[in-house]
Amino acid sequence: MDFLTDPYAVFLVRWFHVLSGIMWIGLLWYFNFVQIPNMPKIPDEQKPAISKVIAPAALFWFRWAALATIVFGLLQAWQLGYLGPALALGVGSKSAAHMSIGFGMWFGLIMALNVWFVIWPNQQKALGIVEVPAEDKPAAARIAMLASRTNTMLSIPMSYSMVAVHLT
Amino acid sequence: MKNPLESLQNTILLGVAITIVMALIVKYTF
Repeated sequence: MDFLTDPYAVFLVRWFHVLSGIMWIGLLWYFNFVQIPNMPKIPDEQKPAISKVIAPAALFWFRWAALATIVFGLLQAWQLGYLGPALALGVGSKSAAHMSIGFGMWFGLIMALNVWFVIWPNQQKALGIVEVPAEDKPAAARIAMLASRTNTMLSIPMSYSMVAVHLT
Repeated sequence: MKNPLESLQNTILLGVAITIVMALIVKYTF
């Protein structure tokens, strides 16, 4: 397992974490800044282009990028020796740096769980990827939208804590 | 009452507020 803590492996994992993170948060912001606010402006007969083609493709890359970001992020924390202390928010190690990155890790974990266990199941119902009665679709779409908004909100402190560690 | 997260603007304001609180906690805890 020594190769995993080789400096070049540490760098590669960080790069993969950033790449998958850009894919994830880029699509999250696409949903919240572009798709959701503009859906009401699209004529009904054209809406399926988004709901049947664009959104399912975006959701595919979105949810797998979320998983990849978490896997590479946790691996990076382990490589650098602070996985446990950071998840404990620096309480045991009395470290502001562990607390800072720990906040970011917890926000990221909550966001990824939101993606896989709230947004994705509800989007499947809302977009008709799984069959549900038509009257259940608006509630599913609303839950997915609010969970997506929650993640947009959390992406702000999450990214801050990720890049602010050197200040502590 | 309307959920504040229904508005994108409020979502961003809440995100910034959480960030400020978090930054202060990190700065002054240890």
